[in-house]
Formats: sequence, C-alpha cells, structure tokens
Amino acid sequence: MELLSNLSLGFGIALTLNNIFYCFIGCVLGTLIGVLPGIGPIATIAMLLPATFVLPPVSALIMLAGIYYGAQYGGSTTSILVNLPGEVSSVVTCLDGYQMARQGKAGKALGIAAIGSFFAGSVATLLIAGFAPPLAELALKFGPADYFSLMVLGLIAAVVLAHGSVIKAIAMIILGLLLGLIGTDVNSGVARYSFGLPELIDGVGIATVAMGMFGFSEIIRNLEQGEEREVFTKSLTGLWPNWEDIKQSSGAIIRGTILGSALGILPGGGPVLGSFSAYTLEKKLAKDPSRFGKGAIEGVAAPESANNAAAQTSFIPLLTLGIPSNPVMALMIGAMIIHGIQPGPQIMTSKPDLFWGMIASMWVGNLMLVILNLPLIGMWVKLLSVPYRFLYPAILIFCCIGVYSISNAWMDVLLAALFGFIGYVFIKLECEPAPLLLGFVLGPMMEENLRRALLLSRGDPAVFFTRPISLTLLIIAGLLLLIMAAPSIAKKREEAFQESV
Amino acid sequence: MKIGHPKNFWGGVLFAAIGLMFAVIAFGVSFGGSALLPGYAMGSPARMGPGFFPFWLGAILLALGVIISVTAIKTEGGKEGELERFHWGPVAYVLTAIVLFGLLLKVVGMLLAGMVLIVGASLGSGEFKLREILPLSIFLVVFTALVFVVGLKLPIPLCPDIDMLQTFAVCRA
Repeated sequence: MELLSNLSLGFGIALTLNNIFYCFIGCVLGTLIGVLPGIGPIATIAMLLPATFVLPPVSALIMLAGIYYGAQYGGSTTSILVNLPGEVSSVVTCLDGYQMARQGKAGKALGIAAIGSFFAGSVATLLIAGFAPPLAELALKFGPADYFSLMVLGLIAAVVLAHGSVIKAIAMIILGLLLGLIGTDVNSGVARYSFGLPELIDGVGIATVAMGMFGFSEIIRNLEQGEEREVFTKSLTGLWPNWEDIKQSSGAIIRGTILGSALGILPGGGPVLGSFSAYTLEKKLAKDPSRFGKGAIEGVAAPESANNAAAQTSFIPLLTLGIPSNPVMALMIGAMIIHGIQPGPQIMTSKPDLFWGMIASMWVGNLMLVILNLPLIGMWVKLLSVPYRFLYPAILIFCCIGVYSISNAWMDVLLAALFGFIGYVFIKLECEPAPLLLGFVLGPMMEENLRRALLLSRGDPAVFFTRPISLTLLIIAGLLLLIMAAPSIAKKREEAFQESV
Repeated sequence: MKIGHPKNFWGGVLFAAIGLMFAVIAFGVSFGGSALLPGYAMGSPARMGPGFFPFWLGAILLALGVIISVTAIKTEGGKEGELERFHWGPVAYVLTAIVLFGLLLKVVGMLLAGMVLIVGASLGSGEFKLREILPLSIFLVVFTALVFVVGLKLPIPLCPDIDMLQTFAVCRA
C-alpha cells in the first residue's frame, strides 16, 4: 500500500492552508481566463511566472497547475452559454452545449459538464499516482541515447496527433530547437546567435517566446476579426441535471475519461485531441447519431470529461520523464527550472513532497472547481459582456509586466513583441506555433543528450540503433511517420479533425 | 509561373531562409582569406563543437523549407492556399505600443509607460474613443501597480527616473 502512504503524504502537503490558498487562486484565475476568449493558459502561466518567485516551489507549481485545469472548466461555460469557446479544447462542447442552452437547459449542460469534469479529474489523479512511479523507475534506466530517441519520438508524435500539415509542423519544431540554442553553449562557453547583444547571452526565456507567440499574436488576430456575442443569461435558471440525465450521460463520462486519459499521456495529445475524439466516439456509438448537434447531453458530457482528464494526465510525461507533451507542460518545465528543480525521473525520489503534493492538489482543485464554479457562473457570464476593446489592453499590460519581471529586462519586452510579430506571420501562413514551443524547450536537452551519447560511443551513431530502448523508440517514431505518409490515413486524419468542427 | 499554394510556398521560403541563416552563422563565412563571420567550431561527432548541432538543424530546416515550397508550386491549393490579408493596422499599433512600453519603462516609470501602452494599443481596435480609454488606462496602471508592485513586491520602477521624485514614498515602493 505504498500508493496510499504516498497519497497521504501528498494530501498532507496539498491541504496546508497556504497551498489550499494558492490552489484556489490558480483555479479561479484558470476559470477566469478559460471564460475569457483571447487569452489562454499558456499566456497566463507565462505572465504569472514572476509572481511565483516569492512562493515556495510546491505552492508555485500547485498554482500554475490549477490555472491549466481550471481553464478547462471555464472554457466549457462560455461554450455552452455564448457558443464561443474560451479554449480550443471546448470547441466541440459548443455543438451540443449551446443547443441545450437555447432549449432552456443551460443549467443542465453546465451541471453535467462540471460533474463529468470532476469525475474525470478524480480518475486522472489516481492514474497519475498509479502510473507515474513505475514509469519514472523505467526512465532511470535511460541512457543519453535513449533520451535523445525519446525526445525524437515525443516531437514526432506531437506532430502526428496535432492537426494541420505534418511537414510544416516538423519545420516549426526544428525552428523551435534552433531558437532554444540561442545563448551560451554550456560545453564551450561560446555565445551562439546572440548577435552581440548581452541580453541574448543567457538565451531567450520561454515565457518571452510564449507570451509573444500565444499572447500578443492572438490579440492581433482577435482584433482583425471583430466581435459578435450573444449571451444566453435569461435561460440560466437553477436547472440541475436530474438523475435521468446523469444516468443517460454516465457512459459518455466514463468513455470520455478513459479516452481523454489515454490521449493526454501521449505527446502532442492533451485536452484538444481528447475532447475532439471523445465527441466523435460518442457520435459513432449513439443509437441515434442525428441527436448530436441538436442538444444531446452526451455531446457535452464526453468532451468535457475527456479534456479535463487529458489536461491532468499530460502531467505524467512531465513528472516522470521530464519531457513536455504540450506547450503548457513546456512552460511548467520552465517554471520548475526557475525554481531550481531539474525536471526528470529523479523528482519523485528527490522531491517526493513536491511530486505527491502537486498530484494531491489536483484532486483538491477539482473539488474546489465544482463547488466554486456552479454558483459563480453568473459572475463569469457578466465578465463576458465586457467588450474586447477594453479587455485586450488589460491583457497586454499584464503580459508586458510579466515579461519584464522575469529578469527585470526591458529587452525581453522588445523580444516578446518580435515573437508576437513572427507568431502573427506564422498564423497567416497556417503554421501552428505549438510545436515550436515544444522544440524550444527540448533544444538544449536534445543537444546535450546527443552530445553525451556520441561521446560515450566515440562518435559512432550506431549507438541509437544498438540500444534496445532507443531502437524501439526510434522504430515507433519511424512507423508514425510512415503511417502519416500513407495517403489514405492522412485523409482519414484530416476527416477526423474536420468532422467535429 | 503560377504558384498553386502561395501560403505553403511562402511558408517554405521563410523556413528555408531562416534555416540558411542559422546554418551559415554556425558554419562561418570567409571571403578572400578574411573571415567575415567567424562561425562556431564544428568539432567531430565524438567531440561536438558548439556549431555541430545548430549547423545540421539549420541544414535540415533549409531542406524542409525547399521541399515545402517546391511541392506548393505544383499543388492546387484553391481558396485554402491563397494568402490571407495581413492586417497592418492592429499589428502596427499593438506591437509599437509594446515596444514603446519596453523602451520607456525604466525612463518614465510603469505608470506613464503603461498608459502609453494602453492608449497606443487601443488605437488598433478600430473603435477608439479617448474618453473611454483614458479612464481605463488610469484604472489599469493603478491596479497593476497595486497587484505587482505593492502586493507581489516586484521591483518595477513606478515614477520617472528623476532624483527629485525619488523622495516620494510612492516612487520607492
């Protein structure tokens, strides 16, 4: 019963008054930005990194994690009431959620979304607690060559599971890897690509890149689209889901949780993929698929359970292998490093309080979100009536202060503006920025492991194919690419993403 | 020559150019015996120099960019492939305001630089009204000062960098 003693250690830490407070702050902030379109968890976490400097690492990470899964809850609220997804992962919830709201069943939809999310969050917490230790143990056996191959697989899988052009996404990853190399090379002390600027000698901060590409360029994109919103507040009466509704959606919640948990672990998976696939699955399984899109309660329950489960299980690769599976996890790595924690399999043994405290806090946070969110929905909806022209200046000043404060460098603000411009250009060219951020974090790690692996093998690249772990990982990566290249499957993949939109 | 998928074509060109730039800087350029760009040491696979990894990544990016562009010429992209309109208005207002904020922050302090940022960026919304934005900017800078400087105690200068002003307690927060 090691699991129980570990979990009780975790709850002991998560339930201290201090950490409950920071978990609460994280959840409320997460819900807030989940409700507000135009700002997502990536920009928010980047913005709040400097604010966590004064906190102990455990509290800081608990708060940042709360923002991430809180955003999944908040995103569903706007999808249902306004037909406007606050987050990408809630896009599919609009389909049936908004229809339910139009039929006067907004309360039911919101209730089932919260119940599903809570159930999924609880299961995912248990999954992390159960799966993480053996995985971390396995990861301790990894040599540099295995790590390099694991990162290759992770990056390739991230591309395959995301939507859009595969080759453009690979190019974005490589660009990210290159940007990650800017700054002083640890082995030789040479300042690479610093263009003589002293500010670049330490490299570009991940928060700077994230803020530019996900914060600033999103704002510009939103400005060019203009706004139109119609809020369904009238129909928001206390219609809780009844026993019948819960029975009807219980299957969908369970299936959504399983699918979401599984997809969350995979690199590049995460909440977006989870919610899309769960919706598609429900539609396929339904006796009468025509109900979907017209207010089917399963169409809300499944994706909302899935996105929350996936948001949480995506912490597994981060905590056990030190490898981010999506841009938010990449930022979490940045946060850990700022707090002096080296992410990787050793976290569990060297910092058990941090590891288990964070896991336990996720369950606490989920409970808080259910209790908090339903009564507060009225307040969140009021926020939506704030026009975007007042909202984005506020987002901008928080972002700018955040970027500046990370190392009190005005140059970082200018760099973030530059990345905002680059991000906007890439949006226009339909190149997704998410793979770039993954590459950015992994760049230095990949170089270091490649270097070490080849040093150990005296320059013989065969080392990647003779070590069984490395070989297996590379074969899987190769297979994924081959599968993608097959035209019939490439077409199916496009359809899977098209169908649910 | 007609390009079938301009969006991908220019994307590829951009990738190729960036890849080439990274590879060239890593490799170094010498012209007639004098080194224009020193480049970084390549080393050998067993003892990699700082130039090895970025050079090869740059080369791969260049190759990918060329592949993307060349395929884009032949693909029939239709409406999907056309370049979208580039909205210079919001881009210019928002980014200039951010840059100004960065340049002004240490000189005039966060309160004034923040107001410049908010008013400047608001010009990009297309429905700018000074009587709405001015009160908003004052409210936002005071709010951020309270949260970040007073509350979280982050070392952000609030007032203009003039000795005389430093005697005020607010400026030393």
